[in-house]
Amino acid sequence: MGTYHHLWSIAKKNAMAVVIGITISDRFVTFVSVTGESMHPTFTGTNSVWRGDFVLAERRCLEQYKFSHGDVVLFKCPSNHKELFVKRLIALPGEWIQLPGSLNVTKIPEGHCWVEGDNPARSWDSRAFGPIPLGLVQGRVTHIIWPPSKIGQVERKMPEGRISSD
Amino acid sequence: MSGFFRRVAALPWRSIAGEAFSGTFLVAQAFCAVHVVDEYVCSVAFTEGPNMLPAINLAGDVVAVDKISARLSKVAPGDVVLMVSPLDPSRPIVKRILGMEGDSVTYLVDPGNSDTSKTVTVPQGHVWVQGDNIYASRDSRLFGAVPYGLITGKVFCRVWPPKGFGPIDSNQSQSQSQ
Repeated sequence: MGTYHHLWSIAKKNAMAVVIGITISDRFVTFVSVTGESMHPTFTGTNSVWRGDFVLAERRCLEQYKFSHGDVVLFKCPSNHKELFVKRLIALPGEWIQLPGSLNVTKIPEGHCWVEGDNPARSWDSRAFGPIPLGLVQGRVTHIIWPPSKIGQVERKMPEGRISSD
Repeated sequence: MSGFFRRVAALPWRSIAGEAFSGTFLVAQAFCAVHVVDEYVCSVAFTEGPNMLPAINLAGDVVAVDKISARLSKVAPGDVVLMVSPLDPSRPIVKRILGMEGDSVTYLVDPGNSDTSKTVTVPQGHVWVQGDNIYASRDSRLFGAVPYGLITGKVFCRVWPPKGFGPIDSNQSQSQSQ
């Protein structure tokens, strides 16, 4: 009988810890492992989850949807909702963006944004699937926490002269 | 004066602090439990606007939303879903799914004025959503098919007003949109 109670209290404590962990991860900050070459050199290009870079993504920005140009964001892939992508946010709603390699400009519709990888040669991004709804964005990547050699903040970076706000 | 200080010092500060801490922790635990149930199991949503008439009233209806089916991709054409508006990420909207990826959907372009209809194929990973009241609804006819990732839950039951309590039908739109 004593063992039973002991086990039950351990199970209860663990369940509570999981619930608290999920809440923190949903509302405040979460860890993600970044794989793939699309964001090289900001993040390492590798295909294995365990050898990828672990990054910290904050969720507070989702309350107001306040983003800046050049933020690295985490979003659900528009064609497969189970996949999470990490890309750099280039343009916000209402802005005109010049497509690379051409002189055409496109207007970003209301409530959408334009995302691109840092490694244009190996990235599948808005150049292929167009602007994505801001509702797909799941967080903003702020820090790299693993591997130790790359620990630090993720910088904002913007390609020059490609967007105009009118 | 010194007597007052002595009395203050004699209060059981340690146990008061302990109690305050455990009280706060209990509230935090409750908050977390509510969040997890609301996010992963079942939630409620307030609806307004004419776009889902007559399945959902003009204003003041409260509906129950099932978060499990959306997460497991168990929604099908005909289901009423709660989703994030593609035009404004902070605004939830309620619509009915008319087509999943790969389906072709035929819709009236401007139901009030003309009979022209258009047929589109829904791209991969997207869904076609429309309001039941096609005369007053901003939906896929305006902004095109939307990514599945915007769907947050399936509306399955009307909770308020009490007179209208009951399940929301999954398949009444087909006849009504004609």
